[in-house]
Amino acid sequence: MDELIRYAPDLARGFAVNMQLALASAVLSLILGTVLVAMRVSPTPVLRAAGAAYVNIVRNTPLTLLLAFCALGLSDKMGLVFSQNPSTNGFLLVTMGLSLYTATFVCEALRAGINTVPFGQAEAARAIGLTFSQSLRLIILPQAFRAVIAPLGSVMIAMIKNTTVAVAAGYLADVAFAMKDTFDKTGVSIPIFIGIALAFMAVVLPIGLFTGWLSRKLAVAR
Amino acid sequence: MNRANVLFDAPGPRGRLRNHLLTAIGLVALAAIGYFIYSKFEQKGQWQAEVWEPFIQPRVWTDFILPGLRGTLVAAGLAAVCALAFGAIFGLARLSDHAWIRVPAGVVVEVFRAIPLLLLIFFIFYVMPQLLGGGDYVLFALVAGLTLYNGSVLAEVVRAGVLAVPKGQSEAAYAIGLRKTGVLWRILLPQAVTAMMPAIVSQLVVLLKDTALGFIISYVDLLSMGFRIIPPNFRPADTLISAAIVIGAIYILLNMLLSALATWLERRSRRSKKTAAPPVAPTNIPGGLGGRPPAPAALGSE
Repeated sequence: MDELIRYAPDLARGFAVNMQLALASAVLSLILGTVLVAMRVSPTPVLRAAGAAYVNIVRNTPLTLLLAFCALGLSDKMGLVFSQNPSTNGFLLVTMGLSLYTATFVCEALRAGINTVPFGQAEAARAIGLTFSQSLRLIILPQAFRAVIAPLGSVMIAMIKNTTVAVAAGYLADVAFAMKDTFDKTGVSIPIFIGIALAFMAVVLPIGLFTGWLSRKLAVAR
Repeated sequence: MNRANVLFDAPGPRGRLRNHLLTAIGLVALAAIGYFIYSKFEQKGQWQAEVWEPFIQPRVWTDFILPGLRGTLVAAGLAAVCALAFGAIFGLARLSDHAWIRVPAGVVVEVFRAIPLLLLIFFIFYVMPQLLGGGDYVLFALVAGLTLYNGSVLAEVVRAGVLAVPKGQSEAAYAIGLRKTGVLWRILLPQAVTAMMPAIVSQLVVLLKDTALGFIISYVDLLSMGFRIIPPNFRPADTLISAAIVIGAIYILLNMLLSALATWLERRSRRSKKTAAPPVAPTNIPGGLGGRPPAPAALGSE
């Protein structure tokens, strides 16, 4: 217990870094995921194929490989440098890798949501004379959005947990590295592990409960 | 029937023009991205023969890549077997009629699903030498971490699978005089397993991808071979990027094969008359490190 108290400030700083990574990646991956899903349902075969190729390649690559490649390959070898400050650069590289990866899951969740809306809804909308944009705006998307809440929540939860893989990109400010560092210094400490685990659960479980509750509350009765 | 046919009118002259325009813009944008990558590679000398040449030497495959692949597959295989056992036990425990079994199993499953896998692996890696004395716990930590996490996700799949069997099945089974065990083993599980198969295989894709975390604790897998071992062996040629691309392609191929298996199983179980349960949708599984397991119907086509 003493170790947990002694190292609490370090660990808290690390955890705060994880949360910053999660916030930045959440925003970026939601934007990129929306763009990807727009490509995948667009009437243009080229864009559809490009979106599908991106999703299938990135989704099937291990995140560890992706993040290590961002740091060792893109930054060190190819000279992709966001900032002269190594710590800021590391943060941005991890955010980039994590967003590129999570966006594929966001895209698939959104696409699955659109697919839950039965054909009849679109047919009925057309039959009563709504235009394409009206039927999308008034009929399809409101139903699709509700079906997407819970899966998107799961994607975001996974992404928050994935922030710990930042270590693979050589970004050594997050809580996983802070934990490893204290273990190296003082030996393994069960209270520290439990403390960090509880911190993650305190963030992750409410998100799961909230999105679950919201999706049940807004569920389309069919 | 295609969704697009329902949503869109058949495009008229203006619509067709707009679509052609979009296609052209898309092509130009893709070509620009392609050229940008090509020229960057050119600038850094990544197209030079010596950068790619190692990957056509048989030695590189037999000495580095295949042993790395073996490391990945060993970890994935061990973890898959253990996780399936863990998932079956805890999934059934969560369905128990006795609260003293059901509640602790539920707590275990929820806790291990919420902890980041890497933290779990680190912790096991550091705690084992203290418990059992020195030794090499790299593989053990990786397999144990993967087992606890994926096993917990699979426990939820098992539970959902058994619950997906219509109630009439167990009522009928009780009515013909089967006991609790008989109902579970003879009626519910055989039907649930068929319904669960696609979701289980999807989770195995996640597990296979997550073995790459072994890289961080220096387990010798495909990823370590590509990033730590191959590049220093071929200096001065700078093979890190080419190695990463080759390794990445192997991972992608493996996972796509497994995903294709999941899709095929899902189609089969949808057709199957052997089960009254609808297939357990992988979307019901809260995502893990790999996020939501790939939706089975999403391989390439729309």
